[in-house]
Amino acid sequence: MQMFQLRRAEDVAQAVSAAAYAEDRQGAPARFLAGGTTLVDLMKLDVERPAMVIDINRLPLDRIEATPEGGVRIGAMVRNSDLAQEPSIRERYPVLSQALLSGASAQLRNMATTGGNLLQRTRCVYFRDVAMPCNKRDPGSGCPAIGGHNRNLAVLGTSDACIANNPSDMNVALMALGATLDIQGPDGVRTVGIDDFFVLPGDTPQRETVLEEGELITHVTLPPLSAGTRSHYLKLRDRASYEFALASAAVVVTMGHGSIKTARFAMGGIGARPWRSPPAEVVLAGGAPSAAVFDAAARELLREARPQSQNAFKIELARRCLVHALAAVTAAD
Amino acid sequence: MRPSPVPAPQPAMFLSMTVALTVNGMRHELRLDPRTTLLDCLREQLALTGTKKGCDHGQCGACTVHLDGRRVNACLVLAATLDGRDVTTVEGLARDGGLHPVQAAFLEQDAYQCGYCTAGQIMSAAALLAEPCGESDAELKEAMSGNICRCGAYRNILAAVRQARRGAA
Repeated sequence: MQMFQLRRAEDVAQAVSAAAYAEDRQGAPARFLAGGTTLVDLMKLDVERPAMVIDINRLPLDRIEATPEGGVRIGAMVRNSDLAQEPSIRERYPVLSQALLSGASAQLRNMATTGGNLLQRTRCVYFRDVAMPCNKRDPGSGCPAIGGHNRNLAVLGTSDACIANNPSDMNVALMALGATLDIQGPDGVRTVGIDDFFVLPGDTPQRETVLEEGELITHVTLPPLSAGTRSHYLKLRDRASYEFALASAAVVVTMGHGSIKTARFAMGGIGARPWRSPPAEVVLAGGAPSAAVFDAAARELLREARPQSQNAFKIELARRCLVHALAAVTAAD
Repeated sequence: MRPSPVPAPQPAMFLSMTVALTVNGMRHELRLDPRTTLLDCLREQLALTGTKKGCDHGQCGACTVHLDGRRVNACLVLAATLDGRDVTTVEGLARDGGLHPVQAAFLEQDAYQCGYCTAGQIMSAAALLAEPCGESDAELKEAMSGNICRCGAYRNILAAVRQARRGAA
């Protein structure tokens, strides 16, 4: 692990100004340290080599609060285990609780935070191995995953520069729920919808989100859901527990008079980012739930899927994953 | 970013941090290289070698300890961030000269073979007593999935976890 300066921040302003100071003085990256489950791991691998690490574990961002509009505002430092067990989340946003509990292990969920999980890095083996080229880690060096070990990687949103997938479960649920993020920078706060947060790799796979250097995610807000909204998370993987998704589906629907009034869903494991398909959601809205409608939505979702040498199976797996998740969430009680 | 071929000598003392940390009820004032993980701090500086290093990347659970009463992977925690925090390791689990119920259950159920993962398994199972969890085997296996046993002693580990939970109920 490369040497770094460790700063302890007591509040948000201190954390953000410490990051700005690091940028100004050293031109070297500063990193905020929350749970450490991604950052410390990648620092040990020399994938992350920050000159300054800003410990944000004392920031007062550990609350889960109701919003006046009827939604929920989650502090960025709320641990994944606490968020998953929060009664308001379990009752009203079960897809989020289920997604969180399907990820990692109990130990890691006790450490990992809401803000940190949004910035979880890919598990692509080439990204994690500094002896190998990787356009995400070392822009311009190449992508050995194309034609290489790519069984776990993405089939949607990839580019000729990068085929890595986003490994998070939480992000998939947040995408299906339409969460918004509060981001604090040196010049103030901005709010970004999660649909606009993750960017596609294109020619710049080193850039994964719209977050600028030195900006800090402070809160994640879940919108209010109309009465009768149902949600569900289904994760398919090689092991029954403690494994990343090959394909997963977070589905959120409202039902009325036996038909689907609205549907919003996102897929995990298969995309360069947590993957939404508004055209496929349109296929679902207004119709009676049926295997044929679910299948039509899944085919629309996967219309532009582009398999790699080892992961063509993911296209059929994702189709089945979405169909099963929709069948579960729309089933009569 | 490319790796530097040989790590240059680092000005460790210049950047070192002071931390007051309570481990198994004893307070320690430590001066640490900021790169030191809690796992290495326990083993190398406090000579508490009960906590084991397996993968060192948060994948095996051998280093599981309690941080303010909750189980975490000590290999992914930087010790210098723990000023004022409270750590319990397997050495601090027994109380009043008697084994912790989870330790007793592991003994009675023969819940190990080589023993390398055992401290982590025991710390995980002890924390689980205070966590929301159902009583089915499937739920207990899920709750213990962050602790790998390469000998494959899972059947007896599960029996020990069940026994300890029955005793605690």
